[in-house]
Amino acid sequence: THTYPLTHTRRTRYYINPYCITLSLCELRHSASLANKVFIQRDYSEGTTCKFQTKFPSELESRIERTLFEDTVKTLNNYYAEAEKIGGQSYLEGCLACATAYLIFLCMETRYEKVLKKIAKYIQEQNEKIYAPRGLLITDPIERGMRVIEISIYEDRGSSGSSSGSSSVSGSTAR
Amino acid sequence: MKNCEYQQIDPQALPTPTPTPQPHHGNDTEKKKEPRRPRRKWEVFPGKNRFYCDGRIIVARQSGVLPLTLGLILVTSGLFFIFDCPFLVKHLTSCIPVIGGVLFVFVLITLLQTSFTDPGILPRATPDEAADIEKQIDNTGNTSYRPPPRTKEVLINQQVVKLKYCFTCKMFRPPRTSHCSLCDNCVERFDHHCPWVGNCVGKRNYRFFYTFIVSLSFLTAFIFGCVTTHLALRAQGGKGLVFALQESPGSAVELVICFFSVWSILGLSGFHTYLVASNLTTNEDIKGSWSGKSGEDVTNPYSHKNIFINCCSVLCAPMPPSLIDRRGFLPADESAQTGSADIELPTLAAKSEINVCTQGTKGLLESAALSPLLSTSCPQGKPQNAHSCPETSPALNSDPTSEFSKGCRGNHTSSSHGDTSRPRHTKARSKKCRREALHIPNPAFDVPVSPTSPDAAPDSKARSHKGGSLTPLH
Repeated sequence: THTYPLTHTRRTRYYINPYCITLSLCELRHSASLANKVFIQRDYSEGTTCKFQTKFPSELESRIERTLFEDTVKTLNNYYAEAEKIGGQSYLEGCLACATAYLIFLCMETRYEKVLKKIAKYIQEQNEKIYAPRGLLITDPIERGMRVIEISIYEDRGSSGSSSGSSSVSGSTAR
Repeated sequence: MKNCEYQQIDPQALPTPTPTPQPHHGNDTEKKKEPRRPRRKWEVFPGKNRFYCDGRIIVARQSGVLPLTLGLILVTSGLFFIFDCPFLVKHLTSCIPVIGGVLFVFVLITLLQTSFTDPGILPRATPDEAADIEKQIDNTGNTSYRPPPRTKEVLINQQVVKLKYCFTCKMFRPPRTSHCSLCDNCVERFDHHCPWVGNCVGKRNYRFFYTFIVSLSFLTAFIFGCVTTHLALRAQGGKGLVFALQESPGSAVELVICFFSVWSILGLSGFHTYLVASNLTTNEDIKGSWSGKSGEDVTNPYSHKNIFINCCSVLCAPMPPSLIDRRGFLPADESAQTGSADIELPTLAAKSEINVCTQGTKGLLESAALSPLLSTSCPQGKPQNAHSCPETSPALNSDPTSEFSKGCRGNHTSSSHGDTSRPRHTKARSKKCRREALHIPNPAFDVPVSPTSPDAAPDSKARSHKGGSLTPLH
């Protein structure tokens, strides 16, 4: 794993997920440095629908419990399945859109976009409650073209090379 | 939960001294005090696309024959309304211009939506992702001098599907995704690149394209029928066709245009109806991916085995979002540096088509991590690219051209799938395809010459369209 020294301009906060701006994350970024990134790839076993692999990556073993991680990924998968579901309502919407020459896409927010907002809120909440206290940060897949879930692993500043376990992130030294 | 507002970093408070004296604003949308204005993401987009109206409208770099398509439709419809409608309203019914008008508006709107909508472009992988993927590949211990084609096999609905690695976008392409060499982008559910609309047809704009060709075939058939009726009515009473044509010369033009285009457009509509019903793309149909030509027992893993469900899933599925955030702002401090870095990156990416080297990306990543300025990382990355391995270049050069020829063949076979495609019409199309073919090798090798032109062109065009009041198209 690479340990990136903390530099001023390459502030880790510019790996911005614009939906997760809270104090605990600011503290994280001010006092910790980015150590590594884990990428959860897509699971194509059911076709091209958006679904991520629930396999637990080895880099996170010392950081977070397996069940918490799997819950997060499964909930995200459920959200995406809900967004892409084709059923009675989506047929009606599709026919109506076709009848108006698809001009309603310019005026209305689509169902997918509504679910994406819910997903962003969920990811922010997960980051605040579960991942930031463990020195991790989830990036919304939409920022990465829905290809991967990017999980950034942070280390306490000052501990070079060794990844500290579930260390408490204190922002006192940064301020 | 406390609310965090990004505070301006006080350089004196930091333990490490800063190399640049610039203050940094946390809020992206605030106007920077420095002379450089905040840049939007479309300005540094690496593909060969052009953007108008400050990123709201996206088209391929070569507009193809979109002006010709628009011109033909406008001219034919205009002549119809001027020459034929008055006569037919008087002698038949006033519904005719109404129907014609509705069809005309439908055709125009769907054509513009097909041309100006993001077809489902996949953004390129970030350097971190690319390094992560290449790390996995190297760990398999492949030490041959010529790296084999990087493919990954996945099982989709009990069917083995090979995912190819895209050297330009630095990622494994999702299933049904293809890289369009004309636009230099990976497009999801890639159907074909249509020069008539001047854009790729992919997941997001396939329904617009399908509605366009279906309504166009209705419009063409309708105008053809009306013109024939008009001329027949005029020629009644022994006056003769020549007399009728002399009285209404516009109808002659319409007759010619409609007669030659209705067959190919009807054929194209029929072909795409077949594709929609079996949940196939033009790309897959041409390659014969699921037709079992290779002798194996292959079936289309994406088909729902029901025509109605297939149609609904292709045409009535929820509209997916655009994955390239065109109008988003670049992060404040990177817009000054990323500008130069991203100008470098397309050059590197294009160079990777010619010289592929895994070390190039890793070097870029490491130097990006260690150095404070991204722009300084690129000179470190570039020399490593210069020492790169040329052995993959023949394999690579075949890839973009084969992608292009698929798109071009798409136009050929789709017109030949019709009942009777006029030879003159297909000849015209093949001429255009050949002309495109002559252009294709040049952009691929022109890249090192003008890395800044993609940025310069959209900039100037965007400024000229700043006052535009066009509605935003996704």
